[in-house]
Amino acid sequence: MTIRGKAHIAGAFEHPSRDLPDHSVQQIHAECALGALADAGLSIRDVDGYFSTGQLGFGAVSMTEYMGLRPSYVDGTFTGGSSYLAHVGHAAAAIAAGKCKIALITQGAKVRGVLRGPKHSGDTPEFPFETVYGETNAGIYALAARRHMHEYGTTAEQLAAVKVAASHYARHNPNALLRKLVTVEDVVNSPMIADPLHRLDCCVVTDGGGAIVVVAPEIARELQRPSVRILGHAEHIKHSGNGPNDFTSTGAAVSAPRALAEAGVSLGDIDYASIYDSFTITVIMTLEDFGFCKKGQGGAFVADGALALDGVIPVNTDGGGLCSNHPGYQGGLVKIVEAVRQLRGEAHPETQVRDCAIAVAHGTGGGMSRQASVTLVLGRGDA
Amino acid sequence: MSAQQLPTPVPYVSGETEPFWSGAKAGKLILPHCTHCDHTIWYPKKFCGECGSLVVEWREASGEGTLYSFTQVHRGEGPYRDLASFVLALVDLDEGARVLTNIVDADPAQLFVGQRVRAVFHDAGDAAALVRFTPLSQQST
Repeated sequence: MTIRGKAHIAGAFEHPSRDLPDHSVQQIHAECALGALADAGLSIRDVDGYFSTGQLGFGAVSMTEYMGLRPSYVDGTFTGGSSYLAHVGHAAAAIAAGKCKIALITQGAKVRGVLRGPKHSGDTPEFPFETVYGETNAGIYALAARRHMHEYGTTAEQLAAVKVAASHYARHNPNALLRKLVTVEDVVNSPMIADPLHRLDCCVVTDGGGAIVVVAPEIARELQRPSVRILGHAEHIKHSGNGPNDFTSTGAAVSAPRALAEAGVSLGDIDYASIYDSFTITVIMTLEDFGFCKKGQGGAFVADGALALDGVIPVNTDGGGLCSNHPGYQGGLVKIVEAVRQLRGEAHPETQVRDCAIAVAHGTGGGMSRQASVTLVLGRGDA
Repeated sequence: MSAQQLPTPVPYVSGETEPFWSGAKAGKLILPHCTHCDHTIWYPKKFCGECGSLVVEWREASGEGTLYSFTQVHRGEGPYRDLASFVLALVDLDEGARVLTNIVDADPAQLFVGQRVRAVFHDAGDAAALVRFTPLSQQST
């Protein structure tokens, strides 16, 4: 069985705020839920499937009660920042299996101004062997960047090109946290966080979130707004694999070709790509692993302008996590939202990909030591 | 950077991983080894993810390895927050595992990928020691 064409994204919403000091996390979830349902033309009473990472309270059950949902299907999958892309795939599978017809996926997060403690602690299987050495997200990706530089000659200026491309797009996004155009020099002259990664190689830290509504095709047909077809979905957990884990590649090398195969499309068919951008190096490695360029050539690829609207593959046209939004250290849901905007032709006129029919949204959860990659392939209603 | 300046957070020691931590406390790198498929297991656990065996033998490793990657972290978190910087690294042990660790007693500007390193042990509480590494050439003097 394939999920191709078995479910549609009917509603998508990104919380407009990046700083929500007076909100509770549950309020953010609920506001996003209402936003996505209104976008779809549905009400909260229509929801019969609920998906969240379950990081709040008693897993997905807590928000089910808060919002008064009565779902026949619940999923609390947590794979870090890629969770929400997994939720879309799982919702499509549940709808295809007849378990629900209107699935709601929500994210709510509040992290600004909160000092991060040790990344993980206590009685977990793997972290007693890592957290004690002071691992940080930037530190882990810096290890990837250093190794990528060593193996392929990638430069700090090439990494910076990813941020520069994001900042070009972010100028047109009134809700982006960083709207100022930056240059390669700005990036490489910004403070070093974990060498070779500078401050501007890192994504923003924001409050907020978003929501997605996934529905059965017969529901989608009754709705006024254009919906987006879910064509393919694949997941890959990349871990130490009982041996050395390669820090220069991502799980996209496995998940992307599988998702494209399910969708029945090839790389050249993709008009727009939302690519997880926790750090500039994340984008370079992921584009290589998709096959947009040869492995190791990602630095030159992005420095040649590949990510621009007139480039090889327009990427993160909302400014991405690098400039616009990365709520709660998890950028996966807003990646889906921008792909939906592009496929509906509702991106900002200055950043809209012309005749956008096929898009991918790709999430990278966890770190480099272990990582959950999820790829979604989405199509315009007629695709 | 002196080794003693790095914090030594106390790791969680369970019955399952106690041989690793007590070995480190005694200045030895002890790794689980699968007697069924002859695989060195990382991270320490009593399960071989390679073949699914529960039979694990704890063996002393050479304590030497090669620097796979490293970074000087300028924004530490948790117990590392107050440090100006420290070196986070991945070391490929000669036995095959790639481990996250710190490089100590070395000028970060002199480190290079492929550099040979040797384990050093820093007490962390009563039942464990952290396994960090230092360039091998400095050890031999």
